[in-house]
Amino acid sequence: MTDDQKIIEEAVLSDYKWGFVSDIESDNAPIGLDENTVRFISAKKNEPEWMLEWRLKAFRNWQKMTEPTWAHVQYPKINFQNIIYYSAPKQKAQLNSLDELDPELKATFDKLGISLDEQKRLANVAVDVVFDSVSVKTTFRETLSRLGIIFCSFSEAVKEHPDLVKQYMGSVVPYTDNFYAALNSAVFSDGSFCYIPKGVRCPMELSTYFRMNSAGTGQFERTLIIADEGAYVSYLEGCTAPMRDEHQLHAAVVEIVSHKDAQVKYSTVQNWYPGDKEGKGGVYNFVTKRGICLGDNSKISWTQVETGSAITWKYPSVILKGDNSIGEFYSVAVTNNYQQADTGTKMIHLGKNTRSTIVSKGISGGKSNNSYRGLVRINKKAEHARNYSQCDSLLLGDKCGAHTFPYLEVNNKSAKVEHEATTSKVGEDQIFYCNQRGISTEDAVNLIVNGYCKEVFNQLPMEFAVEAQKLLAISLEGSVG
Amino acid sequence: MLSIKNLKASIEGRQILTGLNLDVKAGEIHAIMGPNGSGKSTLASVLAGRTEYEITEGEVLYNGKNLLELSPEERAREGIFLAFQYPIEIPGVSNATFLKTALNEIRKAKGLTPLDSKDFLVLMKEKMKLVEIEKSLTSRSVNEGFSGGEKKRNEIFQMAILEPTLAILDETDSGLDIDALRIVAKGVNALRSKDRSFVVITHYQRLLDYIVPDFVHVLYNGRIVKSGTKELALELEDKGYDWIKEEAEVQN
Repeated sequence: MTDDQKIIEEAVLSDYKWGFVSDIESDNAPIGLDENTVRFISAKKNEPEWMLEWRLKAFRNWQKMTEPTWAHVQYPKINFQNIIYYSAPKQKAQLNSLDELDPELKATFDKLGISLDEQKRLANVAVDVVFDSVSVKTTFRETLSRLGIIFCSFSEAVKEHPDLVKQYMGSVVPYTDNFYAALNSAVFSDGSFCYIPKGVRCPMELSTYFRMNSAGTGQFERTLIIADEGAYVSYLEGCTAPMRDEHQLHAAVVEIVSHKDAQVKYSTVQNWYPGDKEGKGGVYNFVTKRGICLGDNSKISWTQVETGSAITWKYPSVILKGDNSIGEFYSVAVTNNYQQADTGTKMIHLGKNTRSTIVSKGISGGKSNNSYRGLVRINKKAEHARNYSQCDSLLLGDKCGAHTFPYLEVNNKSAKVEHEATTSKVGEDQIFYCNQRGISTEDAVNLIVNGYCKEVFNQLPMEFAVEAQKLLAISLEGSVG
Repeated sequence: MLSIKNLKASIEGRQILTGLNLDVKAGEIHAIMGPNGSGKSTLASVLAGRTEYEITEGEVLYNGKNLLELSPEERAREGIFLAFQYPIEIPGVSNATFLKTALNEIRKAKGLTPLDSKDFLVLMKEKMKLVEIEKSLTSRSVNEGFSGGEKKRNEIFQMAILEPTLAILDETDSGLDIDALRIVAKGVNALRSKDRSFVVITHYQRLLDYIVPDFVHVLYNGRIVKSGTKELALELEDKGYDWIKEEAEVQN
């Protein structure tokens, strides 16, 4: 191994910076999962009967399902009876102002860098924070409600907007969809709900911050975003989890519905605890994210920066039903140490003149494995559908792996589908060139990797792009000897 | 400024430099010429600190410091600049970002405060004129999609920004048309000063019409076999290298 390789290897070994545990009393469900657990969760949340029924149907369905094994990831079998399915921080039921927030909780948010007050208001971001299982506070609610925008926790939506929830929940990701979606549907604890009415352009970025805290808990949040005709919204999602030796399970569901002429932009910076250098601990991230471009000329755009989790299993997808609708997927996935990522997208073209773009950048370091898995399906009636896919893999060092699994199903002759894939290594020549200009190897790797991801970072809202860059730097940081 | 004594270097067991001696004083321009495979580019790489080369003997002092003990980035921060024969592409990183990062690293090492974007822009504009570089070149990714001439001009542009003490130009003239050559030479000449030295590695006398050296050395089989003034370059142009080779064989 050359010196450069050694340095690169060291550079990708870094410590997780968000590994603190908040000492907050929490209100847990008993360990394990049966119908009573589902009933417990539903009761805890004072849910209406129809919601409980839906959960139970999902649960019974889940019991008949088996875990998927097709992903290019390896992990010991999960004991689903050894997980706490509900954990809420204990505190007063309703908060009227931020001052009432548990100071410990507030301190946690400050550590995470999310201030719920003026700073964020100035930054024009409305935040909903999901801590373990419960949505804590949604800022900016009033401003938004004047425009008819609903942005609240999922639990609240169930109570206050049951018609919308009933109409859309499960319409994009039904509980029969897959093992983890079914599990989520049975035990989901909270999440965010967002509705943008006809013709309204949401004036600020909406943001949700997820954090797992209690030991042995799973987090099962559920997000539902609906953009009515001609509406626009940009939605951000951030995640962190404390360092723990045991694996934590995260199985979320995100559903997006984009009506005629509507646009939804969904950006994620995922930074769950990836486990330590030996691969101990870390979050199992099994997520189902899907959007449907229901109406003509609608658009859904996913941008994700994935740096965390021991295992990532995630395929944000778009069903292009409306004519002329557009689906986009921009992804940066970084794996390091023993992390495993199997991520990509599905673009299902149903309508005429539908277009999709896929840009995936995988970066693997340490002994990690990074896979892109993508499906582009052009259905019979999708005249003149177009897809462009670009999948690039970057290897740092020589013990990691990059894999690409592109699936193509074209059933209409007028379709145009392009696929490009590259695999490269951070070149010693590039590093030396930087060195010769006075830049250290560590900074050089950062610079080169950031340049490599630029296409995707450009898609992120400004504030998030900066955060993503910092995150990337931290993920790649290490002690250069 | 630079003192090389009996330098021997090899790569993959093959001896390339076989006892090279060279002294460069502040403000001097030294041209290094020589036939293919004589070790010219190896000398440049060894001075810049490429790790593939093994130094088997000899010493290199730079401003009194043992250069061979320094890492490539430390050498750069001490004021050594190598204009690459084949400049490297870094996709997605703008030339401006790259240079600002580099400059601020060098400034930090000198105990200076980093330049903010505004000041850097001012500096960049000033230096752009020097090498007749268009603005678009600074916002494009480092060397990506640059023509051969643009790459070489970009090296000189970087040199102008980083203001090194010792600049090594490794065949900067190769692949340049006469106009580009003139621009590159103009840039180098503008940077000439009594505190700055140049080692200009070239195949052709042509460049030395524009950048007039104080000394010309001929490198053959890994060491300097003949030194002279700029007239030596003209003589080489006229007669080729064979007579040098013969002389060297006789000496052995």
